[in-house]
Amino acid sequence: MLTVIFPMTLGAAALGAMLGWASVRFRVDGSPLIDEIENALPQTQCGQCGFPGCRAYAEAIENGARIDLCPPGGEAGARRLADLLGRDPPAPGMEEPSPQAAVIDEQRCIGCTLCIQACPVDAIVGAAKQLHTVVGTLCTGCELCVPPCPMECIQMKAVTENIDNWAWKYPVFGIRRVN
Amino acid sequence: MFRKLFSFKGGIKPDTYKAVSTREPIGIAPLPSTLIVPLHQHAGGRAIPRVRAGDRVLKGQCIGEADGWISSAVHAPASGKVLAVENRMAAHPSGLPTLSVVIEPDGLDEWACLHPLRYQALSPEKTRECLRDAGIVGLGGAAFPTHAKLSAAKQTAMEAIVINGAECEPFMTCDDMLMRERAEGIVSGAAFFRELLDPKKVLIGIEDNKPEAIAAMSEAAKRFGSDFEVIAIPARYPAGGAKQLIRALTGKEIPASRRSPEMGVQCFNVGTAYSAWRFITFGEPLVSRIVTLTGNVENARNWETRIGTPFREFVALGHPGHDTNGFLMGGPMMGFEIPGMDAPVVKSSNCVIAAATSLFPPPPAEMPCIRCGSCAEACPHELQPFELYRFARVKNFDRAREFALDECIECGCCAYVCPSRIPLVQYFRFAKSGVQARLREKEKAESARSRVERRKAREARAKAEKAERLAAGAQASGMDASKKTAVQAAIERARQDRETIQAGNANDAETGDRYDEGQPR
Repeated sequence: MLTVIFPMTLGAAALGAMLGWASVRFRVDGSPLIDEIENALPQTQCGQCGFPGCRAYAEAIENGARIDLCPPGGEAGARRLADLLGRDPPAPGMEEPSPQAAVIDEQRCIGCTLCIQACPVDAIVGAAKQLHTVVGTLCTGCELCVPPCPMECIQMKAVTENIDNWAWKYPVFGIRRVN
Repeated sequence: MFRKLFSFKGGIKPDTYKAVSTREPIGIAPLPSTLIVPLHQHAGGRAIPRVRAGDRVLKGQCIGEADGWISSAVHAPASGKVLAVENRMAAHPSGLPTLSVVIEPDGLDEWACLHPLRYQALSPEKTRECLRDAGIVGLGGAAFPTHAKLSAAKQTAMEAIVINGAECEPFMTCDDMLMRERAEGIVSGAAFFRELLDPKKVLIGIEDNKPEAIAAMSEAAKRFGSDFEVIAIPARYPAGGAKQLIRALTGKEIPASRRSPEMGVQCFNVGTAYSAWRFITFGEPLVSRIVTLTGNVENARNWETRIGTPFREFVALGHPGHDTNGFLMGGPMMGFEIPGMDAPVVKSSNCVIAAATSLFPPPPAEMPCIRCGSCAEACPHELQPFELYRFARVKNFDRAREFALDECIECGCCAYVCPSRIPLVQYFRFAKSGVQARLREKEKAESARSRVERRKAREARAKAEKAERLAAGAQASGMDASKKTAVQAAIERARQDRETIQAGNANDAETGDRYDEGQPR
């Protein structure tokens, strides 16, 4: 009897000690899933999801927040998150995102730098009392620069189709009556 | 000598319609009234404009400079006056505008100063640079800059260069006529490529339905001995695809993850070899190319056409029939409908087909896919188009990529054999565009994220620096005790002064009242 209990207890103690050591030694700070979730988000930093920036939303999702809160990601983005997390895909009917970019009216800009401070992705260049401008290719269209502008000279413009971003359309064929 | 020929899987044998446009020799297209030269005619970076409206340019003068290594220069196709550098309709399925140089020819056709390239005296790097600045790009259709294909892989020795004269697309005869009439130039161009790449063999592949071209090329190749081989390959579409031709001639299959030089092979179109030869012998940059004009026209023929000739003026040369309902650029299998007749002939325009319902009847209605597998049998890349279609149709691009969507060359064999008449290639093009858009988005998101991170780090650093400065300031004032007592003394003095003044004011006020009372009103 004792010859059985003794080695079993010893084994359990040894394994327990190993597990305890490993949990300290190989501890991972933060969840690696957050980075993956963040990579699946469009990085517009717009805050439309209700969280301050994409990183914050990624952390919230990891803690159980809904995955269909990101308008710039649209349905495709939500579906990617669903795939990544093994959750249910979003209900269809999410609005298609419409890419846009900010444009500063150069006639009215007074060079107050407020929009530069508001821009989360450093897409606005300029200095105090110098004309500011938005670098079109860097702008994510988050609209965060619009409210701070005292001159109301920032407008959001839809990104138009050009020869570099043109895409083949989904093949749709008219229905013909067959006699 | 007998040579073992290899074969590629799949393929189709459509009617060729080639004979009509080979009856007359290559014609020289007349000078058009305006030339619209797009600055982005090649794969890679758009050329940087080097002329302004009002400038006079000479034929062959550089009007757009290559931007980076994978890019190519653009030259004036005739002497004349630059009317504008502006956005004009592109020869592209979208018909969207692209930056172009508009030239009004003066009719003199005066060449700029040309120098033959003595490449024997130059380093290979310099020679490649010269080719880039001469605007030499692949004339088979993809317009990939040729200089970028002219460096061998470091690890693998070059075994063969393949000169592509297969021309498998129906209707198209520009390479056929070029080989018949200018074989000498093509072979000399191939010899120049051989000097740069140093392969053991030069294999010239021509489909066996072009006996005149094979005879002419064999004759021209004799001069270079047994290293040059002209090989007739069985006519089967798409034998002219680079990977298919390499497979047929060398038996090598290029995997998706590798480029052909890593396997010791490189492939060039005959037109490319010819224009490279014209550049090294006469110093002429690429300003014109052979374009087949065929289909529903009275006079089907090949024309040596200046780059930038508007399609309206070009197709008029063939007198298109009255029932023509559109024009195709490229062949009927892989071409696209020209979006507008103001678009110009570009370096990748090999063929223009006038379309009519008699030639191309409207496609029958699309029926559901029955997964019969005919498309998989026809696919020269051994893909499974029915699986690709299934996922492209529901816009699940990731799954389509698992079935090697990126490998599809859009040759159209699958759609040709499909019993349900599904326009499969259109679905694959749509899916590929979707993949491209997603990649662009991802790149943009990645760069935005790195900027957010740097911004946060910068803000944290600024905050830390400010806190440090304040702490240092507080410490500094704490250390200087004598200064502190002096400040304290000054504050004390000021307080006393203030008190005395206030007391004085109070006295003044009292006396003032009295004084006022004493005054007559």
